[in-house]
Amino acid sequence: MSTALGPEQKIIHFLNRISFGPTHAEVERVGRLGIRAYLNEQLQPDLLADQRLEEKLAGLKTMRLSNRELIELYPPPQIVRQQGMMPQPTQAPRAIIVELQQARLLRSIYSRRQLFEIMVDFWTNHFNVFSAKGADRWLITSYDRDTIRPHALGKFRDLLLATAQSPAMLFYLDNWLSASPDSPGARFAGPNNRRRGLNENYARELMELHTIGVEGGYTQKDVIEIARCFTGWTIRQPQQRGEFIFDSRIHDNGEKNVLGTRIPAGGGIEDGKKVIDLLASHPATARCIALKLARRFIADQPPAAVVDRAAATFRQTNGDIRSVLTSLIDSSEFFAPENYLAKVKKPLEFVASALRAVDAETQVSHQLFRYVGRMGEPLFLAQPPTGHPDVASSWISPDMLLTRMNFAADLVANRLPGSRVSAETLKDKQSFLQLVAPGGLSPATRAAVADREGPQAIAIVMAAPEFQRR
Amino acid sequence: MNTSRRNFLKSSSLGFLALGLPPSFLVRAAGAQQIFSGKTLVVVFQRGAIDGLNVVIPFKDPAYYRLRPSIAVKEPAAGEERALDLDGFYGLHPALGSLKSIYDQGQLAFVHASGSPDSSRSHFDAQDYMEIGTPGIKSTADGWLNRCLLDGKKTHAPFRGVAMTAQLPRILAGVAPALTLSSIEEFRLRNEAMAALQKIYAESSDALFRAGGQNLFSAIAELRRMESKIPASVERYPVGRFGAGLSQLARLIKANVGLEIAFTEIGGWDTHANQGAATGQLANRLRELGEGLAAFYRDLGDRIDDVVLLTLSEFGRTARENGNRGTDHGHANVMFALGGKIRGGKVYGRWPGLAPEVLYEGRDLDLTTDFRTVCSEVVTRHLGQKDLAKIFPNFKNGAPLGLLA
Repeated sequence: MSTALGPEQKIIHFLNRISFGPTHAEVERVGRLGIRAYLNEQLQPDLLADQRLEEKLAGLKTMRLSNRELIELYPPPQIVRQQGMMPQPTQAPRAIIVELQQARLLRSIYSRRQLFEIMVDFWTNHFNVFSAKGADRWLITSYDRDTIRPHALGKFRDLLLATAQSPAMLFYLDNWLSASPDSPGARFAGPNNRRRGLNENYARELMELHTIGVEGGYTQKDVIEIARCFTGWTIRQPQQRGEFIFDSRIHDNGEKNVLGTRIPAGGGIEDGKKVIDLLASHPATARCIALKLARRFIADQPPAAVVDRAAATFRQTNGDIRSVLTSLIDSSEFFAPENYLAKVKKPLEFVASALRAVDAETQVSHQLFRYVGRMGEPLFLAQPPTGHPDVASSWISPDMLLTRMNFAADLVANRLPGSRVSAETLKDKQSFLQLVAPGGLSPATRAAVADREGPQAIAIVMAAPEFQRR
Repeated sequence: MNTSRRNFLKSSSLGFLALGLPPSFLVRAAGAQQIFSGKTLVVVFQRGAIDGLNVVIPFKDPAYYRLRPSIAVKEPAAGEERALDLDGFYGLHPALGSLKSIYDQGQLAFVHASGSPDSSRSHFDAQDYMEIGTPGIKSTADGWLNRCLLDGKKTHAPFRGVAMTAQLPRILAGVAPALTLSSIEEFRLRNEAMAALQKIYAESSDALFRAGGQNLFSAIAELRRMESKIPASVERYPVGRFGAGLSQLARLIKANVGLEIAFTEIGGWDTHANQGAATGQLANRLRELGEGLAAFYRDLGDRIDDVVLLTLSEFGRTARENGNRGTDHGHANVMFALGGKIRGGKVYGRWPGLAPEVLYEGRDLDLTTDFRTVCSEVVTRHLGQKDLAKIFPNFKNGAPLGLLA
């Protein structure tokens, strides 16, 4: 497409990018308020009432529990055995992650704070934690609620510090085990009388994945120096309380030198905070975050100019996430015709957009989030610290594509347990098509739709390439 | 362990003929398909770290019985619940009795004190390292089984690389296309309008989805085309996902669909407490493993000559039993190698011993064979791969063990 987007296309494109897919209600609202005012509303999510979602979430009790309460209520199997308790299936720790997956889907589908939820999803992936690694089963709920959400539209530095001090990340990337080998604490601590030592895992990923990037110009020496700074950033009783503490007994009190900056001896917990400040304000971090956000909101290979401007905004505003988003979404590149339908929806986006487009009622059964998993995005269960890639080619293996097609068929045929699409919605194929891709349906798709009525037509379009894109 | 992503769909027990297939599939001429008679590598990942010391038991090492007062398996002798003698030094766990005759026929071998040289005792890291094939280096993007498919062959066989898992495992993830198949029966479109969708994808101006659709619909078509020739299994496999996966792999191999790299997995090995000895928790898991592998072996018949099956597990378990009559995360382990061309009937690998002074970090079986040495031999000798450095970069391979005839 070479001509500029028409008004209808512009609204669909805008909602495709800043939400989990257009609905008739939101299309109408953008039309009434205008794109700019609607965006401002989305950037102040606390002011948007979210009653339908809150009712849906009310039954998920783990959402409100602390790490300690979760460990007590859903005890680890070894504790159950040790204390001779009767294992209750409803108290299996797995229930925690199941509720979190349900909540993530419900929020993606029903929240009115859509841009906020997009950003929560983005940062959850950026600061990935694999929730099935040991104690992370009990720590992940708080990670979502207390670490990511409070800062998803705030300052990057605050978010980075929150993740660095989160028990979930400390456990996932092993920093909780890291100790200066010469410290008094390292000599006794640790199971099986093994002397504890320095663990580089977090230090490396902090630079490579969370901030300055693999091209950020750091050396192995910097990895070690940063690991030394973070010694003592650990967890008080990961399997019982799961709280962040700074343990000075295992901290390395010597002088460090990080990326050319001297960190004097005796800094204690301040050493790690200095590293956070240094990395958060590093120009390479501005560039990496700007690029990754531009990839999310504009195109797999975003134009250099828009990345440059977003990176400049990041630097000028000390990493203010709202400002960087505004710079991206307000850009001419954002609405450029070549970026219309340029992104492939990842599984969560695809599933949520489908349910939104047909206004489905769902309580999110196992079948639904397992569908998302089979499409390649098991929620909170990405194993590598990189999280999931955000490029088209990652999401279209044969089994993934087949799963998308079968999901569309099951949803529209009302075969998905716990989810329901009304007969009126299914009758009205035109109403569904308005939300898909104005001007973007291929001749073959148009022909197939013309031949069919209601649900059959909707199932085909939902399974077609056009609906896989946003 | 991540169980949630692994106990997905149970495979259907329906046979093909029960599914009301169009008669055309049944009458299709048999000669239409190109016969594939290439080699297949099957990797079985034992997730959770299997206790190799109680699988292939060093009953002649006196330290074994000292270290494991309540969980040791008794040395071979007449009677039940004793290890089955393999070579006068090692014995097989009695729950693996179904494999003993295959070992005796020389088509099953073990490699003891093998595994990943990385010292990690994290399931997550150690599995990852074993799957990407670069222990200690996390940044490797793809899995080593996927790299086995990157040999520039211009084949579009949709079944070249198949994982019988819900999600594509790390070991098979990468640039080369690979299929995940929860079950042959379920690999079908439930959208009534398959023909219309196929046309939409084929005619799409969207190159990515045109190619993706081509892969998908050719795999579906190939499977349907083969369907009448994929024999329903007559072997009795153990109930559960592991048996069902192996059963389907055997069917794909026998149907000559071009399967070169296959992957499946079996969990439940993380026996920190009450693991049992000749019977009990571990024995029950071993029975499922052994009966599954034995059924797979029988099922393949002559085709076993074209197949090598290897097992991997992220690490072994502590040499000493713990305070809960279980074992904790350890280091070296035992690998299985099964196949028609395997020089079996032998336990390979140098035995490092279990005396306190030779234990790895004072607690675990030491490692004498890198898992990549075993895999390299199979990859080169069995699959005929030339460029080993691409599959296991930065790996200085030792002398091959001579596993393959």
